[in-house]
Amino acid sequence: MGMKFIGARVPRLEDPALLTGRGRYVDDLHFPGMLHAAMVRSPHPHARVTSIDARQALAVPGVHLVMTYADLPAPAQQARIPMLVPNPSIKHPLMPYALAKDEVCYAGDGVAILVADSRYLAEDAAALVDVAYEVLPSAGDCREALKPGAPPTHAGIASNLAAQFTLAYGDVDGAFARAAKVVAASLWHHRGGGHAMECRAVIANWDPLQKQMILWSATQSPFLIRRSLTELLGWDEDNLRVIATPDVGGGFGPKTIFHPEEVLVPLCAERLGKPVKWVEDRRENFVATTQERDQYWDIEMAVDAAGKILGVRGAMIHDTGAYMPWGIISPYISSMTTPGPYVVPTYRLETRVAMTNKVGTTPVRGAGRPQAVFAMERLLDKAADALGMERAEIRRRNFIQPAQMPYNVGIISRDGKPVIYDSGDYPGCQEKAEAISDYAGFRARQKEARARGRYLGIGIANYVEATGLGPFEGATVRIGPSGRIFLLTGASPQGQGHKTALAQICAEKFGVGLEDVTVQLADTGIIASGVGTFASRIAVNAGSSVHLAAQDVRKKVIKVASHLLEAAEEDIEIDGGKVFVRGVPGMTKTLGDIARSVAGMPGFALPGGMEPGLEATQYFSPAQAAYCNGTAVAEVEVDIETGRIDVLRYAMGHDSGNLINPMIVDGQVHGAVVHGIGNALYEWMVYDADANPVSTTFAEYLLPTAAEVPRIAVTHQETPSPLNPLGVKGAGEGGTIPAAACIVAAIEDALAPFGVKVEDTPITPVKLLQLIRKAQANAA
Amino acid sequence: MKPPPFKYHDPRTVAETVELLARNENAKILAGGQSLMPMLNMRYVQPDHVIDINRVEGLSYIREAGGRLEIGAMTRQREIEYADLVARRAPIVREAILNVGHRQTRNRGTLGGSLSHLDPAAELPLVSAALEATVHVQGPKGKRDIAMAEFPAGYMSPSIELDEMVIGVTLPVWPDGHGYGFVEFSRRHGDFAIVAAAVLLDVEAGGKIKRASVTVGGVGPSPVRCRDAEKALTGEKGAEAAFRAAAETCRTIDAMEDVYAPAWYRQHLATVMTRRAMVAAFGRAANAR
Amino acid sequence: MKDMRKVSVTVNGKSYAREVETRLLLSDFIRHELELTGTHVGCEHGVCGACTILLEGRTARSCLMLAVQVDGANITTVEGIAPSEKELHPLQQAFMDNHGLQCGYCTPGMLTTLIEFLQDNPDPTEHEVRVAISGNLCRCTGYQGIVDAALDAAKRLQGGKRA
Repeated sequence: MGMKFIGARVPRLEDPALLTGRGRYVDDLHFPGMLHAAMVRSPHPHARVTSIDARQALAVPGVHLVMTYADLPAPAQQARIPMLVPNPSIKHPLMPYALAKDEVCYAGDGVAILVADSRYLAEDAAALVDVAYEVLPSAGDCREALKPGAPPTHAGIASNLAAQFTLAYGDVDGAFARAAKVVAASLWHHRGGGHAMECRAVIANWDPLQKQMILWSATQSPFLIRRSLTELLGWDEDNLRVIATPDVGGGFGPKTIFHPEEVLVPLCAERLGKPVKWVEDRRENFVATTQERDQYWDIEMAVDAAGKILGVRGAMIHDTGAYMPWGIISPYISSMTTPGPYVVPTYRLETRVAMTNKVGTTPVRGAGRPQAVFAMERLLDKAADALGMERAEIRRRNFIQPAQMPYNVGIISRDGKPVIYDSGDYPGCQEKAEAISDYAGFRARQKEARARGRYLGIGIANYVEATGLGPFEGATVRIGPSGRIFLLTGASPQGQGHKTALAQICAEKFGVGLEDVTVQLADTGIIASGVGTFASRIAVNAGSSVHLAAQDVRKKVIKVASHLLEAAEEDIEIDGGKVFVRGVPGMTKTLGDIARSVAGMPGFALPGGMEPGLEATQYFSPAQAAYCNGTAVAEVEVDIETGRIDVLRYAMGHDSGNLINPMIVDGQVHGAVVHGIGNALYEWMVYDADANPVSTTFAEYLLPTAAEVPRIAVTHQETPSPLNPLGVKGAGEGGTIPAAACIVAAIEDALAPFGVKVEDTPITPVKLLQLIRKAQANAA
Repeated sequence: MKPPPFKYHDPRTVAETVELLARNENAKILAGGQSLMPMLNMRYVQPDHVIDINRVEGLSYIREAGGRLEIGAMTRQREIEYADLVARRAPIVREAILNVGHRQTRNRGTLGGSLSHLDPAAELPLVSAALEATVHVQGPKGKRDIAMAEFPAGYMSPSIELDEMVIGVTLPVWPDGHGYGFVEFSRRHGDFAIVAAAVLLDVEAGGKIKRASVTVGGVGPSPVRCRDAEKALTGEKGAEAAFRAAAETCRTIDAMEDVYAPAWYRQHLATVMTRRAMVAAFGRAANAR
Repeated sequence: MKDMRKVSVTVNGKSYAREVETRLLLSDFIRHELELTGTHVGCEHGVCGACTILLEGRTARSCLMLAVQVDGANITTVEGIAPSEKELHPLQQAFMDNHGLQCGYCTPGMLTTLIEFLQDNPDPTEHEVRVAISGNLCRCTGYQGIVDAALDAAKRLQGGKRA
């Protein structure tokens, strides 16, 4: 028998090249005659551009081009960059032009692009582009921005309210009227970013032979770039190829977005007839790559005397920044995520999306869910405290039970369909998390520590996440005349090990090794359609496509072999790259033999009326999202003298359905958890009151390092999704989603003797010490 | 983020370096590069001349002379970290240096570079102040010595002339068996401290503190000697209450403030860090037991 | 006028000579002049550690050095770690076996940093490993696979010495 790959901890195909310096990222590519671009960006959060004088810059030897709005081709002057996901509730569908027309709306907004012989020279000359600004009042805080009289974030708009919508079901006010307890919270979950270690990067090269513009981009979505470019410039899809390979150094959401440089660099290459490279530097990444998360929640929960949730209601303000390239996806996801794994009979959340003069917000790992889970889980903690109930217990009392699956939550999703959880065992998952974290043993640990003057606390939080969203992803599986298997898909990885996971699915069908499968991805030139890698959707969409396409090819192999070997189809077996007739030793053909037999010969018909080639393409389109879930338990220590917080232990019960490669899924969880620890404790994108970005280096915006994070214990529960042939669910974001909720709960628990309440993240030592002192003063 | 253009010089002697400094306007010395290079890459500084002193001879040494430690300006932080002599004679320096950046930056970063850059939260200026170091500088008119207490002229500005350079440091050595403590509060391992404290205690038989040095970094624009705390400790017997009272005097230090750490927080941390450093120092003193 | 200098350097045992502008960063020199693109650039202000190389056997951040400064020096980059084209260094193998990398961008800096560290400290504790790589940012792995790989490599390397 061939190796069983699905479910195995298989080492990754990607690793040998990446470990020996043979990875190829966009900035590693060199083309003859290539020129280098640098952006001229607005230093002001909001200003009118009154003039641009590039003469001095153009006079520098080695400078080839300065492009401003006035130099853009007509379509790009008339139309703004297309919004990827429009929604009828959006009042101001504001998107930027490829370059500022006459107004800049955030510090970092692009004013011009300059092309020179080297990046060094381009930066020298960019400083010589003389842009005259008339500074305008700017909106920094999204709550202030919605107040009457707030400065408009864009000239000519009546208000900064970008969108408004309410998700509701049931008689929520009635539920509050008969509640035994009502708890309320005002919460703030702060803006943070993706901060992939590789910044964005684009190379555009016009290929005169193929009459094709080839774009290499460090993107999560080559197909969305192609779509946006064709939409904006009117270029033909067939004359444009977008490649996100071989390697992309991390994504985490923002690289899904079509950013202005992805149209500017090809325009420069077209204008100059030469390859042009633009590589975002880290400072640009802080000011010009989209971010997420700033949301203010005023939310309350009604419970009965037994701790059962009767209803949740409230209002939320989401900061979308100056533009909204991904529409209202993040706040919409937030408002859908609140009920989580619990029976919430009634619910109403009114959401207002505010524009500010900051870089636009789009989904970052977790995508609106960490905020919603923070709200829900903090309310549950407060309700438990109000009822004198243990915090894990109130969760147990409210879980949707496995027998209730599929479970209709009551919410209508943004595609107009009801939100129906497909499968899951929420009580089982929490139980597993409690077991590996020794939740039961914590109070003894806490007591022992407190006797020595140390303040330990524990927090627990649950989430449910819609993953594997459609519309589709596709895969082609082909067996070549050599017998080698080729797998082509539009899926575009940034470290998730797609090559390995997809090869595992494919290889198993033919009993071959992973090394016998060549995987090509992330290239609009290899498959007709694709979507992209975001929303934890690749295992479900691309994985299922590979499964189906490989299955089709396998069927055809059997059919052809049956003809060639003159045996019944049910007697044909495939293993080790060979085809056998069961019980007849020596009756064998290789996959290559089979492939050659249907490759055809000039003048001869294919045997048995076969279709040519061993190839199949499948586009898997899930009926709806597959809902994964998890429970996180954090144990922290607070130094009450300094406000320092250390996460001592962290455990996760995680259910993303069947696992294709548990090693890879563990890695996804570990990375996502640390992103969540960053959001909870370290990552603070500081703006001043006028929306000027302040924390624009890695010395100021703090990513957690290995020394700040604990070992993360992960246990998997595998509840298959009935919605796709592999029974898989997404796993890329779950770790991030409950992290802030359980860490903040643990901090409050550690500081219970003082009655400290933490309502926002990141919670820094300064803020925490302030809260401790306030609580001490109140007590005294 | 690429450096602006400049004229590069790589002199081989101190005399040559000083001459280059005197001859060229808007020149910057490039030592270990761990502070200057990021500033160049971000174009926060745009010198016309960069004078690289990595090939200047005779500036890298650690030696003991006349009961003092002498360390050359271009001695890498790593060499100080791994030097037995430093560990034996001035263990607080080694303790401090483990908090300086990361191994990659300590491999390049130098003592002279750190002193000349004079970040208010940097560890090496702090221990130099705690030990009452003497900084040796050289200019066109020759060499001169500057007491560490006089070395900072203000925020990130050493009191040396534009044509002078730091060539070395002499560190007085405390008696064998002295206690030392270096404690810092930073957000992440290897970050610049928000507040750091260095404490040295000479404890006589019987446990009485004969002499104390208490210094904090990250609070004022340069390291601050806490004379009130030192006075309060001298003659005391190392009880928790004595440390607490002595440390409390640091709350009134005139403190800097930024968006990440307000003045009250730095002052508060000064009391906590100095107390913890006092406890550590006393615990290490031979005569405390 | 551009300020140019000749630079001769040995990288991974091979000699190179180039004439470069004096402001050229060592990271750019290695990547774009020598075309050894395994060394990555993640921040260009000395915080992320992706560009870490071994200069005379000691780690250094190549974005914080000028190419002219390495004239006459010996450098090892990630391309020079494996003993041969076909074999991985035990540390690299440990990274593969312990899922110590995802996107691969921080990996060269992690490897070079750990090579020096494991020479300094062949039998480290987990805490020592975490401190040793605290100057290298990774956004994918949560560091756990990297820490496991380092501890595993320490065992493998010690085993090798004993044998």
